[in-house]
Amino acid sequence: MSTVRVIGVGNPYRRDDGAGPAVIAGLRHRCPSTVELAECDGEPTRLLDLWSGADLAVVVDAVRSGASPGTIHRRSLSHPSLGQAGGATSHAVDLGDAVALAAALDRLPARMLLYLVEAGDTSTGVGLTPAVDAAVAELIEEIAEEITWLATRR
Amino acid sequence: MSHRNDRALTVGSLSRVEGEGAMHVRVVDGQVSDVRLQIYEPPRFFEGFLRGRGYTEPPDITARICGICPVAYQMSACLAIEDACGVRVDEPIADLRRLLYCGEWISSHTLHIYLLHAPDFLGYPSVVELARDHRAVVERGLAIKKVGNAILEAVGGRAIHPVNVRVGGFYRAPGRAEIVALAAPLREALAAAVATVHWVAGFSFPDFEHDHELLALVEPGRYAVLDGGVRTDRGLVFPVRAFEEHIHEEQVPHSTALQARLAGHRRYLTGPLARYALSRAWLLPEARDVADAVGLEPVCRNPFRSIVVRAVELVQAIAEAIRLVDAYRPFAPAAVPVPARPGVGYGATEAPRGTLFHRYEIDESGRVVGARIVPPTAQNQAVIEDDLRHFVQARLDLDDHRLTHECEQAIRNYDPCISCATHFLDLTVERS
Repeated sequence: MSTVRVIGVGNPYRRDDGAGPAVIAGLRHRCPSTVELAECDGEPTRLLDLWSGADLAVVVDAVRSGASPGTIHRRSLSHPSLGQAGGATSHAVDLGDAVALAAALDRLPARMLLYLVEAGDTSTGVGLTPAVDAAVAELIEEIAEEITWLATRR
Repeated sequence: MSHRNDRALTVGSLSRVEGEGAMHVRVVDGQVSDVRLQIYEPPRFFEGFLRGRGYTEPPDITARICGICPVAYQMSACLAIEDACGVRVDEPIADLRRLLYCGEWISSHTLHIYLLHAPDFLGYPSVVELARDHRAVVERGLAIKKVGNAILEAVGGRAIHPVNVRVGGFYRAPGRAEIVALAAPLREALAAAVATVHWVAGFSFPDFEHDHELLALVEPGRYAVLDGGVRTDRGLVFPVRAFEEHIHEEQVPHSTALQARLAGHRRYLTGPLARYALSRAWLLPEARDVADAVGLEPVCRNPFRSIVVRAVELVQAIAEAIRLVDAYRPFAPAAVPVPARPGVGYGATEAPRGTLFHRYEIDESGRVVGARIVPPTAQNQAVIEDDLRHFVQARLDLDDHRLTHECEQAIRNYDPCISCATHFLDLTVERS
């Protein structure tokens, strides 16, 4: 059976940086029990441990690239711009580092999908801004559908 | 260029430090005139939003200040609240706290040694390039770190922001089997940590020494982590309860973190170099033996060699964790009752980067009415600036690129956690 892991990266106490964990919370009752859900602060070694050995890792993180808040960037593992996504905090940079480190150590999952949500407000506090909240709702639907399809496809 | 008399170096977004900050160095007429470590993330709000919360909440709230050392925040907060309420926990609880704290030291020190600091010494821009050339070494680091995370998960419930800690102890004491499972990986990690000390001791270190007053908790009989009084290498001794009389924080215009000084405006250093200098006698034999084997002096005053001291402390934390795991027996209840009582309580523990002080004032209804948190990086900020002033002055012949790189390395000597102190370090060296 294939291993599917969804990893939400971010800090819910830095407002829109909590987009990743918010997607995980939304997926709790939406996806097959065989799908593993995890939250992560983005520290590279934790990410390596979370995704190594997986057939598919779906990683959701917040970024600041200059696009309008709530914009969703979709990337597959091999996409060249992965490491250049501007960080919402330091960890979007870390995500690129984590992927590069995993590649150097042969610890990448067989396949990785990245969903990066453009953050607006990353100040101290809880709660997402409306644009990011809407993006999170859209991603919950999209990822739930995708992984349910993958999990039932065999 | 290197021979201008007036220049400025800037690091906008310091890499491989925890948090966001910037460094600015100004050189005028061949003299370093200004060094500013700028911290622009405002974490001081934590002290504000703790006010009005229940007295049992600070361990969970303050743990969120940092993803690397949440246990330090939880432990200092628990000790301070228990102090306010006149409660001291039983030994099995204290031992389990110490095991949890060992997990954090193992994880944090390994992260800093292998992923953040070692690439500087070996001429790699980051751990990614280091891993391409020295895969086995990086794998060793990751394996050690994993054991630290396993302790955090077994005792704390999860690796980031543990959920099993409460005022008075734990929500649940882990079963014997869960803890015993850590024994074999810890023994493997011990050998790997000893190899780490030999590895880092063989690096070349810049010829640089400082003479800062060194401050740490000291607990005669063992290497202090969760208990003990405050001491400095210049003879200052005071109990944790008196920290506000001796440690004064001041606002500096260029930073959102307060800078801490000892009374009399004295700079001081906290962290591995200070702990090792003050508590070397209480290292476990495994750690002391390897320190001796690599010729580590009793007081190390070269901050670049802090990576060796950190590796010795890694051995210490693993050796201690082995003892705690072997001796562990599940206990009940998992926490002692801590009834609220009005008053002020103080707590201090040794976070991986240095002493972390907390103070809470609690009212009759059990609400927090005042909170104060003095994190290690805020205490070390003045020392980092002073090191840079001297370090840069002696290296003005280097070009800006090289000098900037060496300054960043000098800052990483302190494993600064800027998220704690108030994230990104930007470095500017200005030669005007």
